[in-house]
Amino acid sequence: MKKTLFEKIWESHQVTHLSEGVSLIYIDRHLVHEVTSPQAFEGLRLTGRKVRRPTLTFATMDHNVPTVDRMNIKDPISKAQIDQLRQNCKDFGITLFDLNDERQGIVHIIGPEMGLTLPGTTIVCGDSHTSTHGAFGALAFGIGTSEVEHVLATQCLPQTKPKTMKVEFTGKLTYPVTAKDLILKLIGTIGTAGGTGYVLEYTGEAIRSLSMEARMTVCNMSIEAGARAGLIAPDETTFQYLSSGNRSYAPKGKDLDKAIAYWKTLPSDLDASFDKTISIDASKVAPQVTWGTNPGMVMDVTGRVPDLDQVPGYSRKDVEQALHYMGLKPGTLLTDLKVDVVFIGSCTNARIEDLRASAAIFKGRKVASGVQVMIVPGSQQIRHQAEAEGLDKLFIEAGCEWRQSGCSMCLAMNPDQLTPGQRCASTSNRNFEGRQGKGGRTHLVSPQMASAAAIAGHFVDIRTWK
Amino acid sequence: MTPFKKITGIIAPLDSSNVDTDQVIPKQFLKSIKRTGFGESLFFDWRYLADGSPDPQFTLNDPAFKGASILITRNNFGCGSSREHAVWAIKQYGFDVVIAPCKQNGDVNIPAFADIFRNNSAKNSLLTIELLEKEVDQIFREVQAHKGLAATIDLETQKIILHTAPEISFSFEIAPAVKKRLLEGLDDIGISLQYETAITSFESGHNAQLSLPGSNGTKSI
Repeated sequence: MKKTLFEKIWESHQVTHLSEGVSLIYIDRHLVHEVTSPQAFEGLRLTGRKVRRPTLTFATMDHNVPTVDRMNIKDPISKAQIDQLRQNCKDFGITLFDLNDERQGIVHIIGPEMGLTLPGTTIVCGDSHTSTHGAFGALAFGIGTSEVEHVLATQCLPQTKPKTMKVEFTGKLTYPVTAKDLILKLIGTIGTAGGTGYVLEYTGEAIRSLSMEARMTVCNMSIEAGARAGLIAPDETTFQYLSSGNRSYAPKGKDLDKAIAYWKTLPSDLDASFDKTISIDASKVAPQVTWGTNPGMVMDVTGRVPDLDQVPGYSRKDVEQALHYMGLKPGTLLTDLKVDVVFIGSCTNARIEDLRASAAIFKGRKVASGVQVMIVPGSQQIRHQAEAEGLDKLFIEAGCEWRQSGCSMCLAMNPDQLTPGQRCASTSNRNFEGRQGKGGRTHLVSPQMASAAAIAGHFVDIRTWK
Repeated sequence: MTPFKKITGIIAPLDSSNVDTDQVIPKQFLKSIKRTGFGESLFFDWRYLADGSPDPQFTLNDPAFKGASILITRNNFGCGSSREHAVWAIKQYGFDVVIAPCKQNGDVNIPAFADIFRNNSAKNSLLTIELLEKEVDQIFREVQAHKGLAATIDLETQKIILHTAPEISFSFEIAPAVKKRLLEGLDDIGISLQYETAITSFESGHNAQLSLPGSNGTKSI
């Protein structure tokens, strides 16, 4: 029988069948961070259970971490949560990439960076953006704290088999339209619940030509389309990424050869059937900007803020509430919207290629007067790489703030927050009400679009940038 | 987990679709390392004014819905972040049931609840019920016409009974395994640990480090 990539991974990780449509699935990697794990470890202590496979469990702190003086956490509750993670890792024998470790960073950035993320594996984390790792052809999805405890105790999870959706991006993507625009376009097309119950597999010419980092941007936002996991079949780009750089956990030598031979068997068989298929012509995708309060409220940068009755999939009330929160009037050109803050960071767009793309826009230019620009690398390694390339100086000369790594203003759990009414061009993944700070107004864009907005002081069509 | 049997309580309406978990409980409350104390912060940004007093415009602050244990809302509830704190907040506020509609979009059926939220709910005795859009519309109309209306939710028989005159009832579907777990209050981890032998046997033939199935002889890590 012809099988999809998803089916191959699912079948090779089934420990046993539990009930109609439900299997016990083995987990190869469990990534842990400070926010969603304390209650899980507490649960283990209360029941006297141990971590079944500490060597398959890896932890770091990223959500609460300050991006200025990271070793001096002023918020006592944030500090207590970080201290608790240290204690839990010590008590249960789990590898921790602590704040003073050069490998620390956003959990979904450091996993791939260190070679922990491999094709054909199952990966979970108490974080919805675990879908990022699907870029390697790993079945990776976010879980809640009860499930974190479950994986710690059993290295398995009871899972209902999801349906499969093939998302084909045909044609060529033309720079400066990016992976971010592709995924935003998809979310705008199928809606924020269009992928609920599915695993998405991204295919097509436009996906094949993307770098690993850009593929991670696509898979990262699968959850914003409602899908817990997104997948991209491993290919030469994947093997090249895993064979190069300092990927200490990736296989080497003969193990690598053996692994690559196996990884080559993973792509979906020709004519394998999917429960649903959708096709988008990548060559026709324009730079995207969100205008509302969820990522499905998105349009081409050339558009105007919609009328209340003009948005397919949303009621008049939904649109009215969104426009009221965002302080927008129907008919306004998106390119007329002035920004107060620009955030370049997050597990969506804070890898070295994102920073290089941003730097290319900032080079020799200045941030518009009154605009605050924060550049937050996704990991300490990325920070050092950027500094080695002189990007930090370039950003600082342009008037940007160069920060330490962490989740930062993507969810604003640390001190990096918008104040009420501030409008932000953000390379992150969620424009929910209050996400970047109570009353803050978020517009999701690519790093190129965010950088251009920082210089112009308002959104611009990056295709016209000179 | 506490078993879920049958409850009777007031229905509170939250007439918004795509309610994300950032709205259910904002990030500043996720710093706690405890499993309790989240009810106060449920829907924080909608529920309280800048000075910290309850916003009279927000439905849950209407005295008619005080003590409500059933929340009725719109499609795609619980989307976004995986934070289980959202479920803890809903439960600890006093809700035992959330009802939302699946949405027909052409031939596509969009589920009422986001996947991770639905899973998290089932681990915490919070019953999520998916109804048809027209059924949810009807409940909204009844609740608006009779503020403080109560309903009985019977998981055993999979029925919702609105205590209108005359009573109106709806049936709902639920996966048999989830129903059993909720009714019996089973410990999920305990269930998986019953398969200890199967897990150990699987591990012996699976190299988790490289995820190479059937590669016996590779050293265990």
